[in-house]
Amino acid sequence: MSLYKAETRRLVKRRFTRWLVIGSLFALAAVAVGTAVTNSKVGPEQIAAAQAEAERYYQESVRYAEQDRLRCEAAKGTPEAGQYPADCGQMYTPSREDYGYQGYMTPTFDFREEFGNMVVTLAAILALAAFVIGASYVGAEWSTGGMMNLLLWRPKRLQVLTTKLLALLVSLAVLTVLTAVAWTGAFALIANLRGSLDSMTSGAWQSFALMELRALGLVLAAGAIGFGIASLGRHTALALGAVVGLLVVFQFGLVTVLSMAEVKFAEAWLLPIWVMAWMSKTVTIEDFNSCNYSADGCRPDQLTLTWPMAGGAMVVAVVLVVGTALWTMRSRDIT
Amino acid sequence: MTAVLEISGLAKTYRSRKGVRRALDGFDMVVEAGQVHGFLGPNGSGKTTTLRTLLGLIKPNGGRMAVLGREVPRHLPEVAGQIGAIVESPQFFPHFTARDTLSLLADAGGVDRHRVVEVLELVGLRDRAGDRVKTYSLGMKQRLAVASALLKNPRLLILDEPANGLDPGGIREMRTLMRNLAESGMTVVLSSHILGEIQLICDSVTIISAGRRVAAGSVADVLAQHKSSSVRVRVEAGVDLLAVAQALRTAGAPTVELEQDYLMVSGVDRPAWITWALAQHNVWVSELAPVEVDLESVFLQLTGTAPVAGENRQVDQTAAAPAALQGGWGQ
Repeated sequence: MSLYKAETRRLVKRRFTRWLVIGSLFALAAVAVGTAVTNSKVGPEQIAAAQAEAERYYQESVRYAEQDRLRCEAAKGTPEAGQYPADCGQMYTPSREDYGYQGYMTPTFDFREEFGNMVVTLAAILALAAFVIGASYVGAEWSTGGMMNLLLWRPKRLQVLTTKLLALLVSLAVLTVLTAVAWTGAFALIANLRGSLDSMTSGAWQSFALMELRALGLVLAAGAIGFGIASLGRHTALALGAVVGLLVVFQFGLVTVLSMAEVKFAEAWLLPIWVMAWMSKTVTIEDFNSCNYSADGCRPDQLTLTWPMAGGAMVVAVVLVVGTALWTMRSRDIT
Repeated sequence: MTAVLEISGLAKTYRSRKGVRRALDGFDMVVEAGQVHGFLGPNGSGKTTTLRTLLGLIKPNGGRMAVLGREVPRHLPEVAGQIGAIVESPQFFPHFTARDTLSLLADAGGVDRHRVVEVLELVGLRDRAGDRVKTYSLGMKQRLAVASALLKNPRLLILDEPANGLDPGGIREMRTLMRNLAESGMTVVLSSHILGEIQLICDSVTIISAGRRVAAGSVADVLAQHKSSSVRVRVEAGVDLLAVAQALRTAGAPTVELEQDYLMVSGVDRPAWITWALAQHNVWVSELAPVEVDLESVFLQLTGTAPVAGENRQVDQTAAAPAALQGGWGQ
């Protein structure tokens, strides 16, 4: 227990950890403030204003159409006649249906419709921070000799590494839960003041709670993978380098090559697709090179990635990276 | 006396694409309780590998080791709380203060935090304890490293180059500290290249070269084993040294070497015989001094690392001990 407490203290005391957490919270706060500023509450006044705006644009459009028709009539028998149809009565005339007031409403924050995207934003920012914090926490320990010092005190290698990992994961879990609670509260407030919570039901709240639980899983997995890679390479830079390599090779290189080779569902190699599948429960990828004839016409082949598939891939990645880090730690010479 | 540290036949081999390198090749070492023991060897001889292996950081390929009567690395966790160690250059997280660094170690090791204040005082860092380690000089980091090793109030203290980077005052303080610790019952193993210091503060030494022990025992014994029988002879000014050397050889001196302004005579049982022999030729001796041997000259001789004019010695060019010099468990 003393080692766990010391490791938690060490993690929280690190300047890098503090700055990264503050930076992430600042980014999240900027998203929340931006959302609050760009949305507003919808009431009879806003609807009336939008209807007036739609009517203004409709009338303006009718005026322009009439001017065009007159120009068409005037051009008959002149060289400009070719620019107009032979029958000027066939020219476009705007209809009221084209100018529905909904298109002129200021954005409003519908919690049920939009909070899901906000949870994905929360998960992405915290997962990135968790990866870097995890990598830096153990990477700096290795590169500054702190790990060796610690092993002189506690010569149980696996216990030391797993305690460090536990301290990291528990700290990340606390950070994520607290931030998620604040995030939900902030957007409920935004919806209340600048949108609507009306469509929220207990089932919808439960669905968002489960989504936030999956966000927690993603954050913990990212932290564990960052920790594992940096521990394997004994340097923070190795984990960051691995991510850059993954982005360059998989996100750009491999997908470009697969797309050029017209490989089916090349997007399935994109990491964000799997993150989206995990967070949004399903993602469907379509192969537009294929065509399945049906009554509705041509339908492309589809591949649906589900959250259990994404979760399984995530667990395999975590077990592989952390397991290798522990196995290596067990037998490596510490120089 | 009880042996606090015993190493027998320790072997460590590194394999790489360039081939196999034997860092430790059947190394033996014994340190008795309450001693300050010097652990000497040229660069790359296996000192740090030995210490790392002993402390469980490196896995050996063979041999046996015991610390405080318990075989290691198997029982290392049982005795780790009684071993304080610094290995090679001190390394700490640069953005933490000395106080934070030590209190985190104290927490991890279950040591009372009051001890942090005590050791900071002991190594002279009390007034700089709140500064970040990155602002420390090498000598101050060295003091912090010693403080971290002392934090556990260990029975066995292992210090690798503790005087590295210390100013002359610091070296003297470190010497006094080592002696005081030994007097309080702590056993100190000291690895250093400052051989004058080792000779001053150590009770016993082990010298390693090319992964093998080349000498071991009390400092006095090691010096006595390699005591030179050479005598430096100076005569009155104006006397032909070549003729004097010839006269000594004729009289029966086994070895006479002609130096710039004196003679070095070896193999003579009684130095007084030289005065008698030269007096026969009316040559009067102005200085007759047996050449004292020190740890540095013994070290250079045993490890084969004495500089040779016109040659650039490479780090791996050291003398290895013949197999007969190797000792077993408890020797």
